[in-house]
Amino acid sequence: MKFDTAAGPNPIDRLKVVGKPTDRIDGKFKTTGTAPYAYERHDVAPDAAYGYVLGSSIAKGRVRSIDTALARQAPGVIGVVTTLDTPRIERGVMNVAYLFGGDVIQHYHQAIAVVVAETFEQARAASFLVKVDYAPEDGKFDLATEAKTAEPVPADSGEGSGGNGEERIGDFEGAFAQAPVTLDATYRTADESHAMMEPHATVAAWAGDRVTLWTSNQMIGWGHGSLAKMLDLPKEKVRLDAPYVGGGFGGKLFVRADAVLAALAAKATGRPVKVALTRPLIANNTTHRPATIQRVRIGATQDGTITAIAHESTSGNLPDGGPETAVNQTKYLYAGQNRLTAMKLARLDLPEGNAMRAPGEAPGLAVLEVAMDEMAEKLGLDPVAFRIRNDTQVVPTEPDLRFSHRDLVGCLKLGAEKFGWAKRNPKPGQVRDGQWLVGLGMAAAFRDNMVMKSGARVRLGGDGTVTVETDMTDIGTGSYTIIAQTAAEMMGVPLEKVVVRLGDSDFPVSSGSGGQFGANSSTAGVYAACVKLRESIAQKLGFNATDAVFEDGEVRAGNRAIPLAQAASDGELVAEDSIEFGKFSKTQQVSTFGAHFVEVGVDVDTAEVRVRRMLAVCAAGRILNPKSARSQVIGGMVMGTGAALMEELAVDTKRGFFANHDLAGYEVPVHADIPHQEVIFLDETDPMSSPMKAKGVGELGISGIAAAVANAVYNATGIRVREYPITLDKLIDRMPDAA
Amino acid sequence: MKSFTYERPSTPAEAAAAVGRTPEAKFIAGGTNLLDLMKLQIETPRHLVDVNGLGLDTVEPTDDGGLRIGALVRNTDLAAHPRVRKDYGVLARALLAGASGQLRNKATTAGNLLQRTRCPYFYDTAQACNKRQPGSGCSALDGVSRQLAVIGGSDACIATHPGDMAVAMRVLDATVETVDGVGAARTIPIAEFHRLPGDDPARDTNLQPGELITAVTLPKPVAGTHIYRKVRDRASYAYALVSVAAILSKDGSGHVAFGGVAHKPWRVEAAEADLPKGAKAVTQQVFADAKPTHENAYKLTLAERTLGAALNQARV
Repeated sequence: MKFDTAAGPNPIDRLKVVGKPTDRIDGKFKTTGTAPYAYERHDVAPDAAYGYVLGSSIAKGRVRSIDTALARQAPGVIGVVTTLDTPRIERGVMNVAYLFGGDVIQHYHQAIAVVVAETFEQARAASFLVKVDYAPEDGKFDLATEAKTAEPVPADSGEGSGGNGEERIGDFEGAFAQAPVTLDATYRTADESHAMMEPHATVAAWAGDRVTLWTSNQMIGWGHGSLAKMLDLPKEKVRLDAPYVGGGFGGKLFVRADAVLAALAAKATGRPVKVALTRPLIANNTTHRPATIQRVRIGATQDGTITAIAHESTSGNLPDGGPETAVNQTKYLYAGQNRLTAMKLARLDLPEGNAMRAPGEAPGLAVLEVAMDEMAEKLGLDPVAFRIRNDTQVVPTEPDLRFSHRDLVGCLKLGAEKFGWAKRNPKPGQVRDGQWLVGLGMAAAFRDNMVMKSGARVRLGGDGTVTVETDMTDIGTGSYTIIAQTAAEMMGVPLEKVVVRLGDSDFPVSSGSGGQFGANSSTAGVYAACVKLRESIAQKLGFNATDAVFEDGEVRAGNRAIPLAQAASDGELVAEDSIEFGKFSKTQQVSTFGAHFVEVGVDVDTAEVRVRRMLAVCAAGRILNPKSARSQVIGGMVMGTGAALMEELAVDTKRGFFANHDLAGYEVPVHADIPHQEVIFLDETDPMSSPMKAKGVGELGISGIAAAVANAVYNATGIRVREYPITLDKLIDRMPDAA
Repeated sequence: MKSFTYERPSTPAEAAAAVGRTPEAKFIAGGTNLLDLMKLQIETPRHLVDVNGLGLDTVEPTDDGGLRIGALVRNTDLAAHPRVRKDYGVLARALLAGASGQLRNKATTAGNLLQRTRCPYFYDTAQACNKRQPGSGCSALDGVSRQLAVIGGSDACIATHPGDMAVAMRVLDATVETVDGVGAARTIPIAEFHRLPGDDPARDTNLQPGELITAVTLPKPVAGTHIYRKVRDRASYAYALVSVAAILSKDGSGHVAFGGVAHKPWRVEAAEADLPKGAKAVTQQVFADAKPTHENAYKLTLAERTLGAALNQARV
């Protein structure tokens, strides 16, 4: 099915199943420990051996030799595969660093060997016996130093980014120079780790020349093609299966070392092999959100109309790596005649920078929305009013391009009302509650709404069961549930009559999970397949497909009503289709919007920052399941609170690695850090998004929240910290004298 | 993890003898720190002597009005003990500020005293660390040091003691009771229990090889407001950036020890006379010889302000 015209009325609009806050249909499996995650696939490979990955202890250079003699003699060891045993393996989709093979070390903890043994403990113990001789080389590890010689980004080079690295509209410099009120400030955001609950993990088993990988991956289609290329096999000889994924956040968009090494080790040893990356490897062996240095300049008239806005960002990456596209949202969010956005990229020899939840917008809004707060103060305007004044219904860089549906103003106004924003004291450092300096902050949220081609197969069984098969993944997001809701709505059956099977590369290729495109795209693909199935059912039962109503387990038209199951009484009916988004979907700008409001307390003595209240108002089209959507938004708010207050991969700029590479050193928010969170979804649909009229929310929740926290800290203390995370050491010297 | 042998002796002296006579042996109690370190091969004992069954898990009053805490009393139980809650509030609060509920259920009094540093370079076996591998150097000196010691460090090591409980015990003037392999008991004042790193940072304490902690004794209670204030980057489950254990009267007089700043709980008794003059008067003396890195100099300001907060709290 081609999506080439705005969605009209369709069976989803009935909202008998879709739009309901249904519990997760996979919830009971997860809470009872029966959901099979990759590393626990004892059902498929009960005799799997254990692979333990050894990471490089230098950040850059070459491996001269690897002596595995002692390791091979260690108890239980079945085999050792080293990076010198194989030529450098091709990279898969979106890989920047090479994952294995050859003697070149690009970054710390790059995989250089996998030790395979009968038990995990034996493999790990033997890994300590592998002797590696390195030829280290000097590397570039400090973004601040390398930023001075960073190169402009030539072209579109990152998820969500549009246009060139530098984009100019009007005369920014001229307008900025003439503006009566201006801001010119530079900010920094930190390297961050996805820190998902389930580590990257794979069980690989060969049957002849065919390999199956039970793995943890967000994008089965990409992974399937990538592994075929990396293992030099035709795609039909490779199968991936990831029915459950314990979090991804962008860290599992692509194939990582666990999958490659499990496949190689299984081949070398003739045994199924399971490999999980240890927690210390996740920081330096995999990918991270790159740190940025961002400069924002805003010029405005006295009444708060923005006349000039510039956002420039510098980040670093390995050779062939892209920038963090932190200026992206600045092209869309606020009006202004004269504009400049630009990115620079420094060469660094740190581990690979890549996508993490809302790449671009998360660190970009963390800065832009603080700059807006600073500007509002200079103008003497309320921060909410300043944003409303500069709202736009067209893309400011392309005035002919309208937003399909943009209700940022609605989010701001409702949020301000519900949060009690009017009670905020605009003068910072004035409100005290016992030990706490109390402040309120807000920020706008914006995230592009991407769409991806997505396919599904739908089966109607003789008992009336509807089975959906797609390689879509559920990474904790609720995909199982919203796909079941979609199929139930389309086929007119209760949710219990729908079975959803996900994550298998033998199923039709879906959008996968990423860029908050998964929910809308994958359910639209299921919609397309269901439309096809409805047609064959109607035909089978002698209905005109356009007249037939699928409802209450029956197909009805006029005064005829036939049980749905009857269509499959002499054999299962199967339909397969994809939703494809063509040029039409680019004729308007489809984006998601929101507003964050946060109250923080800052300890008057120690400068510890603790969040007290949070509210997000989201405008993201039809909400397919308010319960799982809320869960996505509050999860994003938690993650953004981490970015605001504590999360930072600490760079050892001398040795070239992230030193705090475990969950004791890399702190993420714990329950005690997160107060009650409120989420309000505006009741809206966007017919330009898909037949589902839905948009993404998985990344909207993290977009802007860090700035709302930072602005609240300023309102509480009067101290503006322009370097994330806002830890107490950045406040303590400027705190007022303790009373 | 290297393979190891394991035994459960029946008396403290037997346990001490077993560790004394077996090369590369260690005691194991709650295992909340040792097992992690064994998995990472930072600790590689060949023999474990399990001291959980030795009956060292009672809390009893002493003749002079103090409290004798068995080495194996779990952190959860100790924090909830009525006498501890009534008379040694600083200790109960310190215990509850540490780790998580699950860990406190398992962690023991003696094991808590013996927990090892959380310096990131100690934990990464590819990096130089004199504490983990004597003579290899110290990557932390010019590395990531935001959490590390500001005072009492050396050119060989700037690790911090990560615990909370020991800081409270330091301000309480606790005494550590031990037994060795021939059954000889001795007592070690808490001030002399932990060491500074000097040129031998591999040794965290002054325990002799095979010497087993049997109890920690607290002297009779000290009157005053018992305060344990732990400052950290998140609200729970994080190591102290700075902590203050204090017992203070309304006029500010009393006692104070600091955590998160040194290789051991840090207390300078001579400075305590100036507590009524305010925090600065005290911390200027307590941290007179501080040598912070550029990343952790904030701890000096933080220590002063946190002590100030404690003094304010005591005045109310």
